[in-house]
Amino acid sequence: MNIVVCVKHVPDAQSERTFNEDNTTDREGVDGLLSELDEYPVEAALQLVDAAQGEVTVLTVGPDQAADAIKKSLQMGAHRGVHVNDAAIHGSDAVATSLILAEAIKKIGDVDLVLTGLASTDGTMSVVPAMLAERLGLPQVTVASELTVEGGKATIRRDGDVASETIEASLPAVVSVTDQINEPRYPSFKGIMAAKKKPVETWSLADLGVDAGSVGLDAAWTTVESFEKRPPRQKGQIVTDEGDGGTKLAQFLSAQKFI
Amino acid sequence: MNAKHPGRKPSLDPLDLVGIDDVLSDEEKAVRASVRQLCDKSIDPHVAEWFESGELPVARELAKELGDLGLLGMHLQGYGCAGMSAVDYGLACLELEASDSGIRSLVSVQGSLAMFAIHRWGSEEQKQEWLPRMAAGDAIGCFGLTEPDYGSDPGSMRTHARRDGDDWVLDGAKMWITNGSIADVAVVWAKVDGDEGGSEIRGFVVPTDTPGFSAPLIKHKMSLRASVSSELVLDGVRLPQSAIFPEVRGLKGPLSCLNEARYGIIWGSLGAARSSFEAALAYSKERVQFDKPIGAFQLTQSKLAQMSTELNLGALLALHLGRRKDAGTLLPQQVSVGKLNNVTKALEICRTARTILGANGISLEYPVIRHMNNLESVLTYEGTPEMHTLVVGQALTGESAFR
Ligand SMILES: Cc1cc2nc3c(=O)[nH]c(=O)nc-3n(C[C@H](O)[C@H](O)[C@H](O)COP(=O)(O)OP(=O)(O)OC[C@H]3O[C@@H](n4cnc5c(N)ncnc54)[C@H](O)[C@@H]3O)c2cc1C
Repeated sequence: MNIVVCVKHVPDAQSERTFNEDNTTDREGVDGLLSELDEYPVEAALQLVDAAQGEVTVLTVGPDQAADAIKKSLQMGAHRGVHVNDAAIHGSDAVATSLILAEAIKKIGDVDLVLTGLASTDGTMSVVPAMLAERLGLPQVTVASELTVEGGKATIRRDGDVASETIEASLPAVVSVTDQINEPRYPSFKGIMAAKKKPVETWSLADLGVDAGSVGLDAAWTTVESFEKRPPRQKGQIVTDEGDGGTKLAQFLSAQKFI
Repeated sequence: MNAKHPGRKPSLDPLDLVGIDDVLSDEEKAVRASVRQLCDKSIDPHVAEWFESGELPVARELAKELGDLGLLGMHLQGYGCAGMSAVDYGLACLELEASDSGIRSLVSVQGSLAMFAIHRWGSEEQKQEWLPRMAAGDAIGCFGLTEPDYGSDPGSMRTHARRDGDDWVLDGAKMWITNGSIADVAVVWAKVDGDEGGSEIRGFVVPTDTPGFSAPLIKHKMSLRASVSSELVLDGVRLPQSAIFPEVRGLKGPLSCLNEARYGIIWGSLGAARSSFEAALAYSKERVQFDKPIGAFQLTQSKLAQMSTELNLGALLALHLGRRKDAGTLLPQQVSVGKLNNVTKALEICRTARTILGANGISLEYPVIRHMNNLESVLTYEGTPEMHTLVVGQALTGESAFR
């Protein structure tokens, strides 16, 4: 089974994140890492391949530093990497990103399963998996907290607020997974050493036959008009227990959809 | 200016004040990150409890997990070992000891003492038999040099091996042996009669299920409580000829191993110090007295600045010695400088951190008193500060002041 995992390199949420003058995310001036939510599909892919053989290709679209996201995935155990890197991609929105990913996946060819994370931890749009499935003409089964693949079919469990659904799709399919699906491994020393020798291909938009005018900031359907710092955290709400503290607590949690 | 990211503005990291991270490679950082993840998941949530109860109930499972990551004998080549660099090994020791010196000791004794001894001095058969299992964490090793009556002066040891036909028979006792009671194999140093009279020190690979071998646990420790320390009793332990290290003779054998472990301690001790510093720094921002966070008082800032400065100096020294080790130019006297400085300074940092935490400084709710007590062991094992001072003194003056 050949699996492509789409991963994103994002600014480290632990460090000071900023924007560029054109209101795009500053990816140069901050430390970045493999989006934590993308460690889950990498782990899921590795588990599937461990059980049934095949190859895991990690695919990323992003500037030079994004190679680190591929590196980390290779250290975890993925077999090879594809990095789409082109200056014209700067400022691309989800629509354009999904186009580039779709063309790259077509070029990779022979793919049984495309896995993605739930959302990127920078943009948190969560729309790329659906767009990608649409562009590839593949079934989309998203928000999987469990995934099994058998007999040419992918079966997922999706946990909603009030019920869990089990959904089946024929392969190839696009599946996005949640942070409930597994516990991602950390790279072993052997993995770290082996990753140095694993193949990584870098493709430009021309390699994919994608018109530079159809992606990037100018082609984006959405623009960031302005941004401001999050206001300092407000004082919390203090509820005095008058015998109904438990009820009030439950009401609060339920209103926030925690329970 | 950041060498790897020319456009990047340098930023201040309180835990790496002078920016030493910038001279580590991506792989070195990846090694460190993996060790930290293991520690976060499998050590930190439990270690205060292990320390308090004075037990390491999961030693076997933990050894397996450490082995899976590649930590055991990580700087050795072949035989299932990961073949990492000395700097990688140092960074791993630092992270492990930021969790607990006892866990770092388990790894040091396994990799730098027991496995290194077999790897460096063992026969091919001994290597094949033990190293792959030890690297995987399936077999645990210990290293018996110190005796009840001889510590700093191991050359005077009394443990003795005599010939009996083709066999060797070991008698004697070893003391303070890390991993002893849980070990599958013990590297034991003993005196044998020399060919031309007199006696010489030889090393033996002793399976711990050999009749006559026992390893009673040492209790009542106030330090390194999340680590197994044992006595080794050797009562007529009969071993085949194949159990002896074929070539090495004299103190050079054990000392070569100690040199490896001491190197790891140069880094490891900084881990305990970093953890204590981190706790003190966080505490100084939260704890309010006289209407101010205590970190806003000059006396506290002076302590924090001192701690941070020593931490950074120690890290630079460790990294420098590590690069020398990887280049093959590290001398034992340089290791002594590192061990002497870094453990002494780490202990001072922990003691200062303990004062910043006030009463909480003595509570196991915080890591500080645990690290501080642990470092009392680290200070005197693998050569006391006095011994390392004498090594440095001799290197400087050419005069030996040991006797
Ligand atoms: C927790 C723990 C784990 C250990 N694990 C191991 C292990 O796995 N394997 C092992 O073999 N050993 C182990 N040791 C033993 C350790 O290496 C010894 O304790 C150490 O070498 C010191 O020996 P000693 O305790 O006999 O002290 P001594 O040698 O008796 O020293 C007592 C004091 O006298 C000083 N002194 C001695 N000679 C001189 C001199 N010439 N000039 C000036 N001062 C001098 C010393 O510096 C020290 O201050 C461990 C110890 C501890 C506490």
